[in-house]
Amino acid sequence: MRVIRAIAVNVFKESVRDKVLYNLVFFAVMLIAASYLLSQLTAGQDIKIIKDLGLFAMSLFGLFIAVFIGVGLVSKEVEKRSIYSLLTKPISRQQFVVGKYLGLLLTLVVNLSIMAVAYYAVLGAVAWFDGAWYRPHWGAPAVDPALVEAMAMIFLQLAIVTALALFFSTFSSPMLAAALTFGLYAVGHFNADLRNFEAVVDSKPVIYAARALYYLLPNLAPLDIKNEVVHAVPVSASYLLLNTAYSFVYIGILISAATFIFMRRDFK
Amino acid sequence: MTSRKPSIAFVCAVAAMVGLVVLLQVVRERAFAHEAIDEQVLYIRSGEVLKRAALSYDALLADVYWIRALQHFGRERLKSAGDRRFDLLYPLLDLSTTLDPLFTVAYRFGAIFLAEPRPGGAGRPDQAIALLEKGIASNPAKWDYYLDIGFIYYWNLHDYQRAAEWFNRGGEVPGAPWWLKTYAAVMLTRGGDRQASRAMWQQIGQSEENEWLRQTSQVRLAQLDALDQIDALRRILTEFSKRTGSRAQSWQPVIAEGLLRGVPVDPARIPYTLDPQTGDIGVARESPLWPLPTEPAAAPELTNAMPPVPR
Repeated sequence: MRVIRAIAVNVFKESVRDKVLYNLVFFAVMLIAASYLLSQLTAGQDIKIIKDLGLFAMSLFGLFIAVFIGVGLVSKEVEKRSIYSLLTKPISRQQFVVGKYLGLLLTLVVNLSIMAVAYYAVLGAVAWFDGAWYRPHWGAPAVDPALVEAMAMIFLQLAIVTALALFFSTFSSPMLAAALTFGLYAVGHFNADLRNFEAVVDSKPVIYAARALYYLLPNLAPLDIKNEVVHAVPVSASYLLLNTAYSFVYIGILISAATFIFMRRDFK
Repeated sequence: MTSRKPSIAFVCAVAAMVGLVVLLQVVRERAFAHEAIDEQVLYIRSGEVLKRAALSYDALLADVYWIRALQHFGRERLKSAGDRRFDLLYPLLDLSTTLDPLFTVAYRFGAIFLAEPRPGGAGRPDQAIALLEKGIASNPAKWDYYLDIGFIYYWNLHDYQRAAEWFNRGGEVPGAPWWLKTYAAVMLTRGGDRQASRAMWQQIGQSEENEWLRQTSQVRLAQLDALDQIDALRRILTEFSKRTGSRAQSWQPVIAEGLLRGVPVDPARIPYTLDPQTGDIGVARESPLWPLPTEPAAAPELTNAMPPVPR
């Protein structure tokens, strides 16, 4: 466990050294500027739009971090040949993969946490200037604790994407791994269509293949509860729990597969 | 060792190049003018396609289309009355509400923009009703949409029967306020009554926290006051005609006759107009109350003569 922690902390420190957290400054400036501009542009919906914008930015920045750092987690070590010195140390390949994964998750957690603080601060400031913490046409209070649920689901989406990026980085080039990860991220929002393939196709084998793909590919759309939370539509605890369980198991499969491939790789 | 600081010559060269690129741009634009882009263009009209393409970012895209709808409405309103086209209003609102089916303000405000008679709005109460019905389909518990549809039938289409039906249906939604069902009764008994209109606009003004809607209800109430005042002025002009045997062609003879103390002004303090040809009284074009709404005709029970009493 100590080894995994050391690797994870190292990944986090590296991302800080690579100025990954600079995106936070951009995030804060964007939100503050947007909150000012939107109050001029929209008819009483600035709070809703700031909420949407904040969650969008958290998701998008997180996606870029997860993909672009994730695809380099293993391949960069191989490219720089630092993998040789690492593997001579008492570190197993499983520990290496898991440590790298947890390190990037740590970066994402820190990133999302700071964004969440800035997000709530901006929402609080807008409500304070508006003179009310809640107005009926907003649907939900400005500083709504339920937004944390949406952020948690964004984190789970990013955790799956990170696992995908890491999985692809164990056997392909960073460019290809990034393309595949982005591709699966997009597919992850469409694959409900695979579930209903029988409505458009008659062929049984095609229907079964589509159904198999539906269960095999990551299903990210159910993790998107941003709209429900912003409109104060209640999201049940059991739904959140099921989503969390699904994500953990899916990540487990991807990390196991990544470890399996990485263990079989020959670095001679 | 070379200095890391850029030399003055280097900075000047970069500044000169930036200046040159701006100059070239200006020269090119003057020589080869840009083809004007038609503002009334919407490249993607299918909300379903956009929803798919947006992945999980559909809510933000809905906001973008909502802002576009507002800008489109505002931009057209700034044009002179004859040039106003609101062709994109419904497609933009439709896209916004397909991307975010829970976007209450897009349905409610959008319906107001659409139903507003020309030249102030799109003059399409049919589209306003379609938009609100779409809102009910995705959110059947929203009694506000029923109220809005009922109101459009009442205020814009003067169809009291349908208005009463929608108010009734809204009143049956769990959580709907008690007064919604009373509107249905008001529609059926006092359809075109100005007092009923006043009561509804007062209700909207009080219940809405939104500044824009509150201001709209204030304007509507002022317009109803203006309609009352115009009725009173008509009576004065009739009296003038009786006394002098001629029709008043301006306010001055009426004032001179002692029937008015000065030029009458509307609730926005702008003088009323008096058409010398027809004798029609109205609000001036520069008044914020212009144009006055087409007043709902009185309900049949009010306009019909009393039926003869059976012997």
